[in-house]
Amino acid sequence: MNVNLTRRRFIKAVIASSAVASQTGCQLGSKDLHAKGSVERLISLDINGKKRRVDVLPQETLASTLRYKLGLTGTKIGCNRGECGACTVLIDGIPNYACSTLSHSVRKRQVQSIEGVANKDGTLHPIQEAFVEELSPQCGFCTPGQIMSAVALLNENPKPSREEARQALSGNICRCGAYDHYLNGVMRASGQSNE
Amino acid sequence: MPSYDVMPEVQLYQPTEVDDALNLAEKFRQQGWLLGGGQDTYGWLKDRAKNPTALIDLNDIEAFKGIKATSTGIEIGALTTLRDIIRNPLINDHFEILAKAAGRVASPQIRNVGTLGGNLIQDTRCWYYRRGLACYRAGGNLCYADSPEAMNREHALFNASRCVAVSPSDTATALVALNATMVIKNIDGDREMSAEDFFVGPDTHITQMTALEPGEILTGIKLSNEWSNARYYFEKIADRDVWDFALVSIALVIKEEANTVKDSRMVCGGVACTPYRLNKVEQYLKGNPLSEKIITNAAKIASQGAETLNYNHFKIPLMENLVKRALRS
Ligand SMILES: Cc1cc2nc3c(=O)[nH]c(=O)nc-3n(C[C@H](O)[C@H](O)[C@H](O)COP(=O)(O)OP(=O)(O)OC[C@H]3O[C@@H](n4cnc5c(N)ncnc54)[C@H](O)[C@@H]3O)c2cc1C
Ligand code: SF4
Ligand code: FES
Ligand code: FES
Repeated sequence: MNVNLTRRRFIKAVIASSAVASQTGCQLGSKDLHAKGSVERLISLDINGKKRRVDVLPQETLASTLRYKLGLTGTKIGCNRGECGACTVLIDGIPNYACSTLSHSVRKRQVQSIEGVANKDGTLHPIQEAFVEELSPQCGFCTPGQIMSAVALLNENPKPSREEARQALSGNICRCGAYDHYLNGVMRASGQSNE
Repeated sequence: MPSYDVMPEVQLYQPTEVDDALNLAEKFRQQGWLLGGGQDTYGWLKDRAKNPTALIDLNDIEAFKGIKATSTGIEIGALTTLRDIIRNPLINDHFEILAKAAGRVASPQIRNVGTLGGNLIQDTRCWYYRRGLACYRAGGNLCYADSPEAMNREHALFNASRCVAVSPSDTATALVALNATMVIKNIDGDREMSAEDFFVGPDTHITQMTALEPGEILTGIKLSNEWSNARYYFEKIADRDVWDFALVSIALVIKEEANTVKDSRMVCGGVACTPYRLNKVEQYLKGNPLSEKIITNAAKIASQGAETLNYNHFKIPLMENLVKRALRS
């Protein structure tokens, strides 16, 4: 049995079931659902090119909304404090920490998470392919965030120097220390040799 | 002390008009929390160390954003992101020291949303205080960082008064060096003050880092041409090049004439509760050539009056060496 798949299914099932959905509500820190005078709760978010209607608490972070409301668990929460980069997503093409972004502040913006990086037919983005080729990830926990930072870099600068790549990925900690392998991946994806 | 991973309940206002923001700031006063990029905010809230009733998000107010040339220099909206400052041609052409300092803040993702106003007004990183302990700065009556067992490697050398915390902002040192002017609004009108007066130490106001009063919003920062295109030096020393705050940093702008110093402004971060202006060094340098002897003397003058804690002695040679490097540059 594929352990990863089972775990992921379990999380998704948990999100789908209403009993646990209310538990998620507690986790997000709310009993009173109406904060008078402040923002509307039912909003539309543009996530990976799709419009998603979602009930968002005023204080909710984008990482919480993606993971616990929309089932997009590819965005990881490492520190939840803006100190690691595991939660990196692109907002209007710019890397942001989803753990340190209010969902209500992205209402008029385009959000791209790791789930929106590969093509619809399942073919991988050049960065993803290169990370596979270069065996960039070790445990893989930081990988979605590394990919998002690298994708944003190549969108803006298709042939970055290694130093530019290092700067662009510098807001993403890798607990396994696979930094050079990620940089190899960026250089490969941008069609530059690693020598 | 528990740490909470999620945000507490709080109201959120997202005004689009200046007047609405000013009214909200006035209505909530201490119970309200102005929100720029939120990068200094969410940790406080997640830890329940600060408990505002309402967040007033200023990001939808276009009038608070952008960088424009004026007849006397440039004006930067307080809600302008550090990312935009780092990439702005006007700033890079005339006040590059600010772009350099902004480029050393935190990490790329934080600079992408962190605002100049938020960076300047952010609270100190003293971890005792950050953890929600009832120290002087939190309205209590002791300092956990200045006790026999305290871990105070990051704390202050100068101008401590009960509280020994330091100014965390990288852009603040650059703006004091540039003699910036802060533009502040509340529902009754505007006021302006120099960056130097904007930052306040514990002897003046132990529970706040700036002169902002409840209900006030920092709307802009003016840089006058007085120091545009002057030779400058900025360096920040931190444990890691990303994320970590300055152990000591230095910002210098200097004008020379006939091989002697005509005028200069030199400011250190990480050594006092405010950006620490080295007035005595500036006076000493005036009219002198930048010889090795003068530079060595300047470094000694810089650290005069330092009062060390248990673990921060290393900041003295660090600071002296930064002064030397800046002047030799
Ligand atoms: C992991 C980490 C590392 C960091 N490293 C550094 C570093 O190396 N150097 C550094 O300088 N900083 C650092 N910071 C601190 C800081 O978060 C960022 O510098 C950022 O620029 C803060 O800006 P913001 O707009 O996100 O602030 P916010 O969190 O939005 O605001 C900060 C404070 O300013 C007030 N405020 C904001 N705008 C206004 C306004 N216009 N008028 C009145 N009050 C206002 C808010 O009410 C709040 O009290 C770091 C933060 C984190 C989380
Ligand atoms: S240094 Fe200041 S902020 Fe830190 S514990 Fe002492 S009084 Fe509080
Ligand atoms: S989880 Fe967001 S930066 Fe670590
Ligand atoms: S691969 Fe394990 S944290 Fe980066």
